[in-house]
Amino acid sequence: MHQISDVCQTMNESHNELFQMKTRRDFIKISALGLGAAALTAGASKMGMGFPLLGSENEPGSEENTLRRVPTYCEVCFWKCAGWAHVTEDGNIIKITGNDDDPQCNGRLCPRGTGGVGMFNDPDRLKTPLIRVVKDGEQTYREASWEEALSLIASKMSDLRSKYGPESMALFMHGAPGTHFSHLLKAYGTLNLAAPSFAQCRGPRDVGFEATFGESVSSPEVTDIRDTRCLVLIGSHIGENMHNGQVQEMSQAIDNGAVIITVDPRLSTAASKSKYWLPIKPSTDIALLLSWIHVLIYDDLYNKEYVSTYAEGFDELKAYVKKFTPEWAYGITTLKPDLIRNTAREMANAAPSVIIHPGRHAAWYGDDVQRSRAMAILNALLGSWGNRGGFFFKEGIKLPEFPHPEYPKPAWTWKDLLNGKYPMANEAPTNLVIESSIPTGDQEAKIKGWIVAGTNLISAIPLKEELSKAMQSLELLVVVDTMPMEITGYADVVLPECTYLERYDDIRATSHREPTLCLRMPAVEAKNQTKPAWWIAKQLGERLGLGAYFNYTDFSEVLDWQLKQVGSSLDEMKRIGVKKLSRESSPYLEPGTSHTFKTASGKIQLYSHELAEAGFDPLPAFTKHPEPEEGFYRLIYGRAPMHTFSRTANNPNLVALMPENSVWINPQVAKIWGIKKDQYVWLKNQDGAVSNFAVKVRITERIRWDSVYIVHGFGHHHKPLHFAYGRGVNDTELITNVMMDPIMGGTGMRGNFITFLTEDPGKEVEA
Amino acid sequence: MRYAMAIDTKKCVGCSDCVIACQTENNVPLGFCRDWVTETVDGTYPNVSIELRSERCNHCDNSPCVRCCPTGASHIEDGGIVLVTQNKCIGCGACIQACPYEARYSHPDGYVDKCTFCIHRVRKGDKPACVAVCPTRCMYFGDLEDPNSEITNVLKNRKFKALAPEAGTNPQIYYLI
Repeated sequence: MHQISDVCQTMNESHNELFQMKTRRDFIKISALGLGAAALTAGASKMGMGFPLLGSENEPGSEENTLRRVPTYCEVCFWKCAGWAHVTEDGNIIKITGNDDDPQCNGRLCPRGTGGVGMFNDPDRLKTPLIRVVKDGEQTYREASWEEALSLIASKMSDLRSKYGPESMALFMHGAPGTHFSHLLKAYGTLNLAAPSFAQCRGPRDVGFEATFGESVSSPEVTDIRDTRCLVLIGSHIGENMHNGQVQEMSQAIDNGAVIITVDPRLSTAASKSKYWLPIKPSTDIALLLSWIHVLIYDDLYNKEYVSTYAEGFDELKAYVKKFTPEWAYGITTLKPDLIRNTAREMANAAPSVIIHPGRHAAWYGDDVQRSRAMAILNALLGSWGNRGGFFFKEGIKLPEFPHPEYPKPAWTWKDLLNGKYPMANEAPTNLVIESSIPTGDQEAKIKGWIVAGTNLISAIPLKEELSKAMQSLELLVVVDTMPMEITGYADVVLPECTYLERYDDIRATSHREPTLCLRMPAVEAKNQTKPAWWIAKQLGERLGLGAYFNYTDFSEVLDWQLKQVGSSLDEMKRIGVKKLSRESSPYLEPGTSHTFKTASGKIQLYSHELAEAGFDPLPAFTKHPEPEEGFYRLIYGRAPMHTFSRTANNPNLVALMPENSVWINPQVAKIWGIKKDQYVWLKNQDGAVSNFAVKVRITERIRWDSVYIVHGFGHHHKPLHFAYGRGVNDTELITNVMMDPIMGGTGMRGNFITFLTEDPGKEVEA
Repeated sequence: MRYAMAIDTKKCVGCSDCVIACQTENNVPLGFCRDWVTETVDGTYPNVSIELRSERCNHCDNSPCVRCCPTGASHIEDGGIVLVTQNKCIGCGACIQACPYEARYSHPDGYVDKCTFCIHRVRKGDKPACVAVCPTRCMYFGDLEDPNSEITNVLKNRKFKALAPEAGTNPQIYYLI
């Protein structure tokens, strides 16, 4: 047992150590401490859990009967499928299966969810709090107790609060831990809370749909793929992005004989299942969308009744698209006019059971809100929003907040940092928070401290230089993660979170076809010194004098209280895992009745007054984007079904399925370069950025000759990630040209071009 | 009773969930697998097609692995499921060479291992782990001798093929094309 004075003593020492490092925050590899230094095979041997094997003396599967089944919902991606962790008597999780009652997965997890065991078993997991110190003139981490780490952070946050105000703290978050730290920081007095899921991902899409229909497509998306007769995918690669419910429904749509139209410069998996694949020239999507709108209007194929009842601005739209004929689009997109007309007719034939899918990662070329607007307008002309087989109206249940004092009102928020930029940003763009953490001239930075929870900014953010400058300027950088991701190497304090299988989190209260509640609870005790995010936030809150916001001993009390307010209980949820509630409203527009859309006028905005007033095109315009110079190829990136961003790259089970990414090269291009199958090459972009590692070549007819393709999330350069280190390339290190969306601050990332280096450029890798 | 599997290549997205579900269900050591996914690409851009297939032991009627097994470890169970009795297997590997589908591997514990059609689940009335997990529901498992089974119906109504018919093994994994 520590004496309190001992703890204070240690705390002060750490505090001083921290202050000595104002000048530069060196990248520290956690492996220097000998933590997590397991051999590559450790994962395999750890998997030997005495499960009965066939032909052994046991009856096959006899141990199955003694397994405990604990409800959870997945945290390997944002879809959050509900499932069961199967736990042996001695406390090992041997498998995870889906919960049959969850409409988001229907009892079937995706490979990442099934592979969630690997996240739990990963020998490289963070194990104990770490504090940055100077030892023999070098920065390093030393292991610390929770008491010491938490007190150090709280004391530093108190300092920042009194020196600069609580608004000087910001949060970067992804997934479940984000909600706990959001609560902490709101109580502390800041609303500078940012997630890469906005500016780097779905933000442009959501803003484009909100400007048109008054609401976004949400997550999970309100796409009625199950009952659609025509599904149009524009760069969205369902099946490679493993958004479980959508993958399942696309399969149902195939069974039902739905027409699938896929627009993609690459023969994606979805494209290979499509009746029409439109191998578009990259960056010309808006031209195609405008010509589709032209055909629907000028060939009289649009849904007149729907448009006249629910939409406004049709005349302006009609006049505007007059010149955007398929012949015009052909010269831009390289898609034949007949193909454009035929596919428009297919959509009209299926309408209103048709979905122009808005995709998810939409930050491509900086005009992404406008592209999303064009998709939304197409949907409106086809009458798909609010109709079966198009987009349904979601319904959910809102759990009341566990009682706490009102949050203080911050003196300023991220919105005050905009200075007229990004007028339609309705969530904080990460890039804005990053820029605001860098001092300019004699101006102090507005943001002085970060908590980063569950997101590896090093892989997520393309603006490397700004990110680096910001991290060097901060007075406090705390990283909370389960794994020693690259971002942990820049932290002053690293806090090891336990995995989703070892913790309570908020109830998943989902709005979708039907309202659902799902429980995540600890299946086993947390490994090592790891702790759940709710506990970390509460401990910090108490040390900051915010105990009243955390008026419970265990988070289960919060959940039980919340569940009881809506007629359930923690006990009930522990038994069933998922509770489906019945809808009260219709999921579709009722024929003959009016409907008020959540726009300013209550009507669908074909012509956007909101955009016009903010100084943007009220109707989407096609803009020509830069093209590769000779010897360079457009860098297109995407997803693989067995990995989630960079966060699964070290999961031993998922590494076994896909250990590295490869660069897809058209055979003609490979021939010119003399590049052979499976050869390793380095990639260099238009600004001279060179990949940290070499990447394996995949020569395939599935990619255009003017583009290359890589799966995002590989090329980790942090050695403590033993399975992931040095495998493949990280696309974001080659994305130095960022095309900002002026409407909401999205970081368009598809304007980068790479060339091949067949000899080792001898790049020094910070590892 | 004749157990078989039909896999719809028009729906499979190649996600490999079948592979990892098999691994966690059957405790297959990392680095090995009882099932796997292949992709074949045909044509020239932009006239290209791909076929994705989840592959495994074909539980052949005429199984060369059973014929060549010197100890009787490889045998055929009720319902035509080809199995290896681990404590009878001496790990000689003859069956690995005999299999035209490369469906068997040497388990680090010294015996030969392969797909069992999850017989421990099937006996309880469950589907094999790969079938039960597949997000696209592209796999059908059941009894070909039952005229009302889903697999019988799906094979009646769809075009299908089997792998390496030239090997004469009469494989029981059917691919819907």
